[in-house]
Amino acid sequence: MTKEDRLVIGGKSLKSRLFIGTGKLPNKLLPGVIAASGTEVVTVALRRVDFRSPQENPVAYIPENVIIMPNTSGARNAEEAVKIARLAQAAGCGNWVKIEVITDQKYLLPDNEETVKATEILAKEGFVVLPYIMPDLIIARRLEEVGAAAVMPLGAPIGSNRGLRSREFLRILVEEITTIPVIVDAGIGKPSEAAAAMEMGVDAVLVNTAVATAGDPVLMAGAFAAAVKAGREGYLAGLGPSSLYASASSPLTGFLHEVSK
Amino acid sequence: MSFWEELRAYKDFDFDGFLRRTSPEDVRRVLGGESRAPLDFLTLLAPAAAGCLEEMARRAQDITRRNFGNVILLYTPLYLANHCVNHCRYCSFNAGHRIERRQLSMDEIREEAEAIAGLGFQDLLVLTGESRSVTPISYLEEALGVLKGYFPALGLEIYPLTTDEYRRLIEAGADYLTIYQEVYNPQVYAYMHPRGPKRDYFFRLDAPERAAASGMRGVTIGALLGLDDWRRETFFTGLHAAYLQRKFPQVEVGVSVPRVRPNVGGFIPPVSVDDRELTQIILALRFFLPRAGISVSTRERPWLRDHLLRLGVTRISAASVTAVGGHARPEVGTEQFQPADNRTVEEIKAAIIACGYQPVFKDWHRLW
Repeated sequence: MTKEDRLVIGGKSLKSRLFIGTGKLPNKLLPGVIAASGTEVVTVALRRVDFRSPQENPVAYIPENVIIMPNTSGARNAEEAVKIARLAQAAGCGNWVKIEVITDQKYLLPDNEETVKATEILAKEGFVVLPYIMPDLIIARRLEEVGAAAVMPLGAPIGSNRGLRSREFLRILVEEITTIPVIVDAGIGKPSEAAAAMEMGVDAVLVNTAVATAGDPVLMAGAFAAAVKAGREGYLAGLGPSSLYASASSPLTGFLHEVSK
Repeated sequence: MSFWEELRAYKDFDFDGFLRRTSPEDVRRVLGGESRAPLDFLTLLAPAAAGCLEEMARRAQDITRRNFGNVILLYTPLYLANHCVNHCRYCSFNAGHRIERRQLSMDEIREEAEAIAGLGFQDLLVLTGESRSVTPISYLEEALGVLKGYFPALGLEIYPLTTDEYRRLIEAGADYLTIYQEVYNPQVYAYMHPRGPKRDYFFRLDAPERAAASGMRGVTIGALLGLDDWRRETFFTGLHAAYLQRKFPQVEVGVSVPRVRPNVGGFIPPVSVDDRELTQIILALRFFLPRAGISVSTRERPWLRDHLLRLGVTRISAASVTAVGGHARPEVGTEQFQPADNRTVEEIKAAIIACGYQPVFKDWHRLW
């Protein structure tokens, strides 16, 4: 059954449910990390793309069969995000874009309102838009309406490696956002947390810091790939219900059986 | 409200007593916790913390890598002019010094820009002395107009301006501002700046927030280390940065840790800040301001810079020429200070890569 399990975004059918961020990795590690992770989608900040010296570009280290998803890091409002997306497209980075509008440099929390505005404009222009958001159902619904290709709620603040702090809200998104994928972006610090997110039913995860800051980023990329696969299969297999209470040998409702006798 | 009100609140604070009473246990408690109150920061600046540098370094490295990754931004300065009406005791461009005064013409700026861009730089810091008659706003606007064509990100390190003037320069192409208070202690400030408009302590103190309010993407502040007690000066630098982060959450706030370098006039700094102390300063700043960029310039020598890379620094200058016009014509002019790291760009890149980091030349792309 898992053989046909595909993630479809913007008309692309993806086998891997692990997206990789490049912002914190030395370029020379990129090919190894991408190969070990099996990822098919890699995000690159346009602000870092060096149009003059291609050899300095992270883009130069990404294999051709991998989708490059430029992100709008540095945008402080919808207008800037739109401009960055268009620049990226003009630079030959394709039509996928991860919208990041950050108006708080201290915690790097996304500005949901501006993100909706940018998504609406870019979706209309034909971009495959994946907005990075606070895990807010109302905003996710709005994004669904205005044409987002997926929503990317955070698990915890960027770079915090704190795991699924927003678990309860992610659960609501998984439950309610059914027409587009839910991808957890930011905060996942360990493979086990990626597996936990996948078990909950999120469609994919994006990992950057946890791989980049590992002692062996390539090995960690492989560990995440395995964790994402395990979590996904756990979800598909249908996790058994868990209970805090052991079955009592004398059930409290045992009398009901007596009544029916 | 200005940062001055926050600074003034420490007027009667017993710094000496607090720093003396701070024990290594206090330092470890701060390092092990999540609290980042001002006195936690001061704890890390105490003499007792000097014995905990390894623990501080591990914490700082972890914080830096999580927030910035293994990436170091390279930038370089361009001096437009050394005309100056101030008399800063520590600076070669002091109006009282008999040095050759130069100002780049627009053609010369183009020549310098080509030479610098040819080295691979895309992030340029534009500097000038304070002279509203020789280097007025209109000159700076014109210069930025030329430089915009060569560099996707432009920073300014110039005399303090009004909000409207900052707006004009942002319009002309400026993305970032660097402005050092030099020294937060008002008495020492008055002594160090005996004449000229720079005597106005408050106009300078509020400059970073005027720039932030004008729409500058980022501001970098700092104290010139060596002018007064470095523990207090670093404490106020950190508090100033935190104040700016709070008041302007959309602005990227950075700090720099320049030490006084040999200069024309032979100024001897009243306070020495040795390598261990500079390291402690960087580590404490990193803990207190996890998201702030930290710059170290070519004022520091290669050996020290390479080691500091791992401990919290996120930006370093390279191939710095501190004389006006020195990129295209290396033989000319007086340097503002003598750089201590004279390695080529390629040598610095190789050193960064050898440390396991990625050198990047570009971290912003001007949109308009």
